[in-house]
Amino acid sequence: MYAQMVDTGTPSSATIDAREARFQQRIDDGIRIEPQDWMPERYRKTLIRQISQHAHSEIVGQLPEGNWITRAPSLKRKAILLAKVQDEAGHGLYLYSAAETLGISRDQMVDDLHAGRAKYSSIFNYPTLTWADVGAIGWLVDGSAIMNQIPLCRCSYGPYARAMIRVCKEEAFHMRQGYDLMLALARGTAAQKAMAQDALNRWWWPSLMMFGPPDGDSVHSAQSQAWKIKLFTNDELRQKMVDQTVPQAEHLGLTIPDPDLKWNAERGHYDFGAIDWDEFYNVVKGNGPCNRERLETRRKAWDDGEWFRDALVAHAEKAAQRAAAKAA
Amino acid sequence: MKNQWPLWEVFIRSQHGLAHRHVGSLHAPDATMAINNARDVYTRRNEGVSIWVVKSVDITASNPADKAELFDPAQSKVYRHPTFFPMPEEVKGL
Amino acid sequence: MRTARCEYLLRFGDNALILSQRLGEWCGKGPALEEDMALTNTALDLLGQARLWLSLAAEAAGDGADEDTLAYLRDDREFRNVLLVEQPNGGYADTLVRQFLFDAWASLALRQLLGSRDAAIAAIAEKAVKEVSYHLRRTSDLVVRLGDGTERSHALMQTALDALWPYHHELFIGDAVDAEMVAAGIGFDPASLRDAWLSYVREVLAEASLTMPAAGGWAPKGGKQGLHSEHLSRLLAEMQVLPRSHPGARW
Repeated sequence: MYAQMVDTGTPSSATIDAREARFQQRIDDGIRIEPQDWMPERYRKTLIRQISQHAHSEIVGQLPEGNWITRAPSLKRKAILLAKVQDEAGHGLYLYSAAETLGISRDQMVDDLHAGRAKYSSIFNYPTLTWADVGAIGWLVDGSAIMNQIPLCRCSYGPYARAMIRVCKEEAFHMRQGYDLMLALARGTAAQKAMAQDALNRWWWPSLMMFGPPDGDSVHSAQSQAWKIKLFTNDELRQKMVDQTVPQAEHLGLTIPDPDLKWNAERGHYDFGAIDWDEFYNVVKGNGPCNRERLETRRKAWDDGEWFRDALVAHAEKAAQRAAAKAA
Repeated sequence: MKNQWPLWEVFIRSQHGLAHRHVGSLHAPDATMAINNARDVYTRRNEGVSIWVVKSVDITASNPADKAELFDPAQSKVYRHPTFFPMPEEVKGL
Repeated sequence: MRTARCEYLLRFGDNALILSQRLGEWCGKGPALEEDMALTNTALDLLGQARLWLSLAAEAAGDGADEDTLAYLRDDREFRNVLLVEQPNGGYADTLVRQFLFDAWASLALRQLLGSRDAAIAAIAEKAVKEVSYHLRRTSDLVVRLGDGTERSHALMQTALDALWPYHHELFIGDAVDAEMVAAGIGFDPASLRDAWLSYVREVLAEASLTMPAAGGWAPKGGKQGLHSEHLSRLLAEMQVLPRSHPGARW
């Protein structure tokens, strides 16, 4: 939240170290950091990057599923999908709002996205080729997102944690509708079942990549964990997701496209095959199947909408002037 | 960035609630649109019967650095709490 | 051969369905996040109304049909929506003007149906009228703001208004089905809404500094009888593709 504040002046370097220690102590004690609290500049910058990236993912994430709204095969499914894609817009909005408390504007963040300076989750650069893809995304992608987001409800930064609580409440429906869609296909005709299997084949590996590079390769992890803005490692979450999803796939009667997938009794987890990290880095770099299209769609929506946004500002100003003139 | 819509904080009171709670923020060109947008963004799951919107710049918040001064003194004034005064149990209406 | 009542229900259902379908095309592509969400709410409201109307129509048809059979397996010749709602989205100004003209009519129409002797119809109207009141309030407000916004927004809104105006006539043309519904105390005479509609729209346009197009002129119609523009069959081809390519499948 923004607030009018008294400027306390610039502290000496001795004061900064003590401040940083007190800051870390608060985090260790589980006390939330709020917008006007002192925070290390790196904490602020890291959070801005993380929260805005999360927000961008929600907004771009509307597009692959939005692709099937006009072709949803029943009115009920159409309504569910509309509501879900709308939720993604809402999540983006809550997250942009949380990021704004850190001193960056939404317009600046949107500009960063459109100019290619900001990232969003790699998963949304894949195409939704069939109706089953909509189910696969809800089941696998939202399922993974939930795994990442629930711990974030306990993160150290107040506005981010509160946004996550709201998001998580809504996200549970997303995963369920995806799985429900897959269930209907799995129980359907041979063609529907094949459609479901095909979607799983194409979305499985990208969903695992969604958690990010292996822990060894992850640059920002350790500090983020100390600051409680990242609560589990990439590999931890990835393993959790595999363990959770295998029985779900079995229930659907579908085969996960990994010949190396095997229960390891010693570890108490599923072993799974090697991820093609070249593909991941290539997609992150901008060479996935849909990167250019996704960004182009967002840019176009923004540019085409400029007249609308500007006109509403103009009208509000006119109305204010008229009101002032009347009062005078 | 030219022509940004200002930021508004949104407060919603639920059907059975007694007070408006802060639920988040949004952008809108003026108050009427802020209310409409708040309705469309923050009440899709039957969250509320009343909406307040306030321009973020109009909110004045207490300075976190003053926390000790502002709030600690209240901690030692326990006599403000009813439980401070043990009452004879036999006497009603106290 | 459907009964007049069934035909009547299809008209309301198809208006809501086709308009909802058009609005759904904007999801994720609106001019601002908050606006995107508001428009999607409208699409969801209309879809909900469509489902109620179509379910009732399916019941009336009595041949084992349901809301989905009606939505996904009829050809354009069997759809009963007015031509206005099937017009393409165009730019956002066109979409908003189309919505405004429709909302102003729907608000009046549903209020008429509140007094219908047919309890099921009155019940749908009661639910829908609250939603449509909000839609009308929202679109009226936007028409004023954009008509009286910038020069550019004013021009876009005026162009949209001029282009869509001819489609309003059909809303007020009654036929034998309407007459039968009026006689049965179930429906209303479309022509009876014209003056109120014009009066409301005139007021909003004036506040928006937009010019109401001249009276008379081209008045396309035929949607209620199943004779549509070229747009509808293309819209349906997209909407209906999955059930048609997987006959009998459940989703």
